[in-house]
Amino acid sequence: MSAELRDLYQEVIIDHSKQPRNFRKLEGATRTAEGFNPLCGDQLTLYVKLADGVIEDIAFQGAGCAISKASASLMTAALKGKKPEEALALFGRVHILLTEGPSATVKPEDVGKLAVLSGVWEFPMRVKCATLAWHTLRSALEGTAGRISTEGEGPD
Amino acid sequence: MTEVQTNSRATARIVHGQAGRSGPADFDIERVRRDFPILREHVHGKPLVYLDSAATSQKPQAVIDAMSHFLLKENANVHRGVHYLAERATDAYEGARARVQQFLNAKEVHEIVFVRGTTEAINLVAQTYGKTHVGADDEVLITAMEHHSNIVPWQMLCEEKGARLRVAPITDAGELVLSELEKLIGPKTKLVAVTHVSNVLGTVNPIRQVVEMAHARGARVLVDGAQAAPHLRVDVQALGCDFYALSGHKMYGPTGIGVLYGRSELLDEMPPYQGGGDMILSVSFEKTVYNKPPGKFEAGTPNMAGAVGLGAAVDFLASLERDALSAHEQDVLDYGIRALAEVPGLRLIGTARGKASVICFVLDEVHPHDIGTILDREGVAIRTGHHCAQPLMSRLGVPATARASLACYSTRQDIDALVSGLGKVREVFR
Repeated sequence: MSAELRDLYQEVIIDHSKQPRNFRKLEGATRTAEGFNPLCGDQLTLYVKLADGVIEDIAFQGAGCAISKASASLMTAALKGKKPEEALALFGRVHILLTEGPSATVKPEDVGKLAVLSGVWEFPMRVKCATLAWHTLRSALEGTAGRISTEGEGPD
Repeated sequence: MTEVQTNSRATARIVHGQAGRSGPADFDIERVRRDFPILREHVHGKPLVYLDSAATSQKPQAVIDAMSHFLLKENANVHRGVHYLAERATDAYEGARARVQQFLNAKEVHEIVFVRGTTEAINLVAQTYGKTHVGADDEVLITAMEHHSNIVPWQMLCEEKGARLRVAPITDAGELVLSELEKLIGPKTKLVAVTHVSNVLGTVNPIRQVVEMAHARGARVLVDGAQAAPHLRVDVQALGCDFYALSGHKMYGPTGIGVLYGRSELLDEMPPYQGGGDMILSVSFEKTVYNKPPGKFEAGTPNMAGAVGLGAAVDFLASLERDALSAHEQDVLDYGIRALAEVPGLRLIGTARGKASVICFVLDEVHPHDIGTILDREGVAIRTGHHCAQPLMSRLGVPATARASLACYSTRQDIDALVSGLGKVREVFR
């Protein structure tokens, strides 16, 4: 197997894709967003429960490739207890890592356990797989996308 | 090994007593492969194994040369100037039309309309014939195995007209349920739009039967021939269809050129598609008199080099002995189906009795994109995703599939490389 492939499909990635963490519907979610990758048909529903200004709980469901599933799984594991602005700042660093690779701007250690995703940048066609969960997160937190639903925040 | 041939033109010849690379003995696969320069490329340090011909085929040297020759020696605008080059260009462009007429066995040369591709051909019919013949409460019938390009133009038309889009079902194996299709053709059905060969399932549909059913009830039939044209002998008169659409780039020609065949009497009465130059006989600010077909549907300066390339692609196909070509493609397809069926955890999608050149599959617990990425590193190019057929994916109950698709230059060795690549996939995901 090539070195690039080994970097892409690290054991942690395979593990998270086969046994995604927080892979469930989240009862009591205050924000829900749906992400689609129209080119490949990947679909993901993200549930976020905001309480006292932090992400108290976060979960997802959906179908996609190993990279998109592992990325979503790792993301949910990394964000519990974080403030929304901290989560989005982390996305900023992850995005640079995914698109430009490890550099002086963003070193793998700047993103903690998400560093296992750093192999993706050698596969430009797969960057969108890794960012799907994050874009969906941004929609959920900022409420910008048309598909945003805010169930749980309304009167019932 | 087959003896080395220096002639780059692809004239299929009988090679007696030996099989070359693979397949039936009377198809000189080595020679055909030599006609496609790109097949000598390496990808990630491995020889290219191109199994994505249903997305777009590779181009033989003859097509590349014909386009290059046109641009080097004959380029001028068609149907306009009286000068030497204008005449040469017009002859080249109209010569390509005549070749396509022969290729499809159309009765008249003016039944061949040049368009950008199958998508534009279908949109043209929807926006002209459809607009004048489909009204409120009328119906357009498609099938569950259509490509988005044979769904969305009809949806747009139906939405605009208040008409109804109906869908003929398929079996789990991926065959049309003809009895159900027949029931769905009623007095309100104005048009039946059906693919000749499915780009996902590989199913070859019984077009003649569909045409008979439709015509018996006064409905017209459009056939999406994008996947059929490179593999099957297409005879529009024998099929009896009213419209036939194809793309040059899927049949060894360039992108940006395709064909709409329409029966003469239908093209005559259809309104124009786009307005502009070339589609008129006379223009005043009060009134414009439209050109006759095919000019009526070819507004603006056409894709001249593209048409010339398509003409060369038709010549290329004509130069191959079609029975030997069919036998070769069928041999590689059958070999591929057998070989993939033995891969652990692999499920074939589309197991119709009559199939052409497409093998779709899913692998247990491995998403098609991951398969695609890992195979790519082995030099093996396949397509992964929904193949522009999301409703069909839903019908099959899979979000995406992996697809290996074949062409005249495909070999059993290509299949072996695919199977060995799938071994690497299992290694990564074990």
